[in-house]
Amino acid sequence: MKCNPKSVIVTAVLMLAWVLSPERPSLAVDEFNALEIVTIDSLADLYQPVKFQHKWHTKMARCKDCHHHTTGQQDMEPNCFRCHAQSRETSRVACKDCHSKKQFYPEQVTARDNPNLYHIDKPGLKGAYHLNCIPCHIKKNAPSHCEGCHALTEKGKQFFQVQSKEKNKAAAPKESHAH
Amino acid sequence: MNIRLNRRGFIQGGLAASAAATVSLAGTTQAATFEGYPDSMGVLVDLSRCVGCRSCEAACNQEQHLPAPEKPFNDFSVFDEMLHGQKRRTDETRYTVVNRYEIPGREHPLYRKIQCNHCQEPACLTSCFVNAYTKTPEGAVIYNPDVCVGCRTCMVACPFYIPTFRYSSAFHPRIMKCVFCYDTRLTKGRPPACVESCPQEALTFGRRTDLLDMARQRIRENPGAYENHIYGEHEAGGTAWMYISPAPFAQVGFDTTVPKEPILNYVKDFLSIVPMVLTIWPALFAGFHLLAKRKETREQQTKNEGEV
Repeated sequence: MKCNPKSVIVTAVLMLAWVLSPERPSLAVDEFNALEIVTIDSLADLYQPVKFQHKWHTKMARCKDCHHHTTGQQDMEPNCFRCHAQSRETSRVACKDCHSKKQFYPEQVTARDNPNLYHIDKPGLKGAYHLNCIPCHIKKNAPSHCEGCHALTEKGKQFFQVQSKEKNKAAAPKESHAH
Repeated sequence: MNIRLNRRGFIQGGLAASAAATVSLAGTTQAATFEGYPDSMGVLVDLSRCVGCRSCEAACNQEQHLPAPEKPFNDFSVFDEMLHGQKRRTDETRYTVVNRYEIPGREHPLYRKIQCNHCQEPACLTSCFVNAYTKTPEGAVIYNPDVCVGCRTCMVACPFYIPTFRYSSAFHPRIMKCVFCYDTRLTKGRPPACVESCPQEALTFGRRTDLLDMARQRIRENPGAYENHIYGEHEAGGTAWMYISPAPFAQVGFDTTVPKEPILNYVKDFLSIVPMVLTIWPALFAGFHLLAKRKETREQQTKNEGEV
């Protein structure tokens, strides 16, 4: 393949200009072209995946309420603003791009040895979902119990020993007689 | 070898030995202040995050192979259960329990998880005369049922009322308490089962020193959201499990009268003289006894000789 050095330089300059341009087209989505439904299934185990009504929720909350600075909204918590005032939208906006599925394992524990790490208290993925959803659901009287958002799987029923209720019901008459 | 020991020599020697023992033991108790193992692990419990889902209780039950509960773990009527005027507590079937607290002036209740706090200087360990308890460098307070004689002194000693006794088994009685998932998880670098199951990250697992940083940061960055206190930083000399709360700790069932120093400190001085009493005193008084007897026998002898 022939490569004209002049065209390479021109391409490079154009790319650099695009990267530095303040009016480059938005990488991330805004509330008008947000995804309709996001299926949250990466942690599904004891509970079934959540069919998250993503677009519908943009009527209740701003993008930044969940995506922090990654969608490019500038109105932020004063504490975040100190560093992220100039932060632009990022190409990856999914929760799992920043919040790790594994949490409290040696790699997360020793990550705190980095003296430059500011986010020493970043929740893992499961924490990030629930800490974002539940307080708002409580505030707005939306379902805030576990099965309000995701139904138990068979494994989950075993885990919570749902069957022990029936077992005890059968044993109950004897017990009440004894009392 | 026959050493003749006169009375004066014996008494002088005995008193000198007991005095020396007392002084030397008293000296060591002064120096023994244990600050905890470096890099030991702990858990920070954030009461503002707990929603009372009881996942931790279910996870503990599964991990520790405890008996099936009376009610399933997604039954929230247990929060209304009272026994002898007290909310639910740990027993031989559950190493951890979540209780609900209605706080005056707060719209929503708070939930508090209880389990062994894994003290830096555990009172249970101190009180155990067969050394059934061990504080491991990882931070766990573990229990060895093989040497336990079932005296239950640890249950009395614990300032948090955590160790419980398996009364249900007459032939294999043992103490039942949270062991920080020591053998199944902690030694393998995995977080305890309850921590891993918590959806809200109300439980944060990490090095105790990091947890204190995190707790202070949460308190500082959310003014008014928390009481300015980390329960367990100093309580009972410091515990591996620590708590931060949006409401005064007394309102969420915490015992705020727990001393800020290890329970051991209250008995150290007394316990340090126990070996002296047990080893030197018998010898000393046996000596007195023999000396007194010797005089008697000599008198008896002279009497007998006189008769002859």
